[in-house]
Amino acid sequence: MTFWNDPIHFIAEWLRGLFIGWGMSGDVANVLIALIGAVVLASVAMVLDILLVWVERKVVARFQDRLGPNRLGPFGLFQPFADILKLIIKENITPAGADKVPYNIAPILAMTAVLLLWAVLPLAPTIFGVDLNVGALYLIAAGALGTLAIILAGWSSNNKFALIGAFRAVAMMVSYEIPMVVTLLIPTILAGTMSLNGMVKAQDVWFVVLSPLAVIIFLISAVAELGRAPFDLNEAESELVAGYHVEYSGMKFGLFYAAELLHAFTFGGFMAVLFFGGWRGPWAEQYPLLGLLYFFVKAMIGYWVFMWIRYTMPRIRIDHMLAFNWKFLTPLAFVLLMVTALVDKALAGAETWVYALGMFLANVVVAWVTVEILRAYSRRRRLEEEAPAKQVIRTGVEGQAAHH
Amino acid sequence: MTPLQLVFLLTAALTLVAAFRVVTTRNLVHAALWLVVTLFGVAVLFVLLNAPFLAVVQVVVYIGAIAVLFIFAIMLTRREMRDQGAQLNKGWWAAALVSLLTFGGLFWLTRSWDGFTRTAAPLPTGQDTLSALGKALVSPDAFVLPFEIASVLLLAALVGAVYVAYREK
Repeated sequence: MTFWNDPIHFIAEWLRGLFIGWGMSGDVANVLIALIGAVVLASVAMVLDILLVWVERKVVARFQDRLGPNRLGPFGLFQPFADILKLIIKENITPAGADKVPYNIAPILAMTAVLLLWAVLPLAPTIFGVDLNVGALYLIAAGALGTLAIILAGWSSNNKFALIGAFRAVAMMVSYEIPMVVTLLIPTILAGTMSLNGMVKAQDVWFVVLSPLAVIIFLISAVAELGRAPFDLNEAESELVAGYHVEYSGMKFGLFYAAELLHAFTFGGFMAVLFFGGWRGPWAEQYPLLGLLYFFVKAMIGYWVFMWIRYTMPRIRIDHMLAFNWKFLTPLAFVLLMVTALVDKALAGAETWVYALGMFLANVVVAWVTVEILRAYSRRRRLEEEAPAKQVIRTGVEGQAAHH
Repeated sequence: MTPLQLVFLLTAALTLVAAFRVVTTRNLVHAALWLVVTLFGVAVLFVLLNAPFLAVVQVVVYIGAIAVLFIFAIMLTRREMRDQGAQLNKGWWAAALVSLLTFGGLFWLTRSWDGFTRTAAPLPTGQDTLSALGKALVSPDAFVLPFEIASVLLLAALVGAVYVAYREK
């Protein structure tokens, strides 16, 4: 074991030797090393977050045909530091009638819920926080804490806009969790494990090839989970001022903002891990640091897709959003899950390329049937829309009465 | 004292304090939040027992769904978040007696059980408890019948909810 093929364990072993040399017991040294690891991982994520502020502002500027921050440092790279300074020196306002403790816990909980996700993210073959055997489910559990943070913020601010924003966010997150859980089961079936590192290792063929529909469903429910446009009803500026964080100022608002950006990037990372081979790439097995690079490139592409969707799509109405989830996305996810499970059993002993082809074709069939059903449905709706005028003429007074 | 024992004692104390606050605090939303802390403490206890699946399910189901639903319902239905009435009713002494008897009875029954003092056998390393659990849930000679009955019960609840909420056009 050298630094180059297993850096984290190399450093951990070195630290353990050092601590035990100082006269600590093995247990205490282990706990201390785990703590140091957690702090380092969280710090890396937060430092990355500073960069993400710049990335987000720069990319949205390009989408809107602007230049974005370009005054401070090369390409405006130092702009986030100016932003942070501004946020830190701003006055922290606590609204009258606010519930102080939940009001102050909420931004911390929002950030924590995102940082918790980093604990299971396999960054490279040997670089990860912990390899939980329930990694995929852990993702949902951390999301639940994020929902809680939003409720706390909305309720404790003592502001009706904040509360409405929180209600909307909860309605959305609770319902979109269902297609997300179901699509998480599809990589679980394909890999035969819920451990995220195990899933990456199982992706000799990227799961996006085996199940392109699952990627789309996961992407949509992830956008809803993140509360980004077109699902940004919880902070709809034109209706709710800023939604659940309307009363927050200074660094407390900054934490919500940073949590949102990091959350989007983290979900880009999960997209990469679940469907796009995670850290896999040429020579990634031998040189984990190369895997780190592949992972971050893929995660950044996923993040870019989230931004792309956010800055191109208009916001959708809340009843449309819920109908879309319950009447379309959830049934589709369940059908896809059943089809995937059946095809997986049917092709259990087949060669890799037969298996991949079978899975892909099954997805194509499901997608085709879905599109056909949607077309039939919309045709029926269109005919109904056009029909009433004729109906009134045909049925006369009776039709009118029935109408009322 | 090992670090594990320290974590257990801290979590257990926090869980008990939070559970106590759930029933004593007058603000209903605060009570629901203390309930979240209690449930989280139980999740940590599951982790300490080497049962990560149960811990994660505890957080997903109890915090992510049930506690959030509680908070939601309280916010939507109560105008006054602060409960003004008495916290105890006339029958409090009967409740106290019954709980004391139950606790005392349980204590008396389990007093001679050696599970309290014996150290548990270490779990075999490398065993995949998760897939063992999954197989047990669907294997005919294990828990497939209770599992299916629970599923049908949930389905019935779901159909019932749809029926209650359904309005004929």
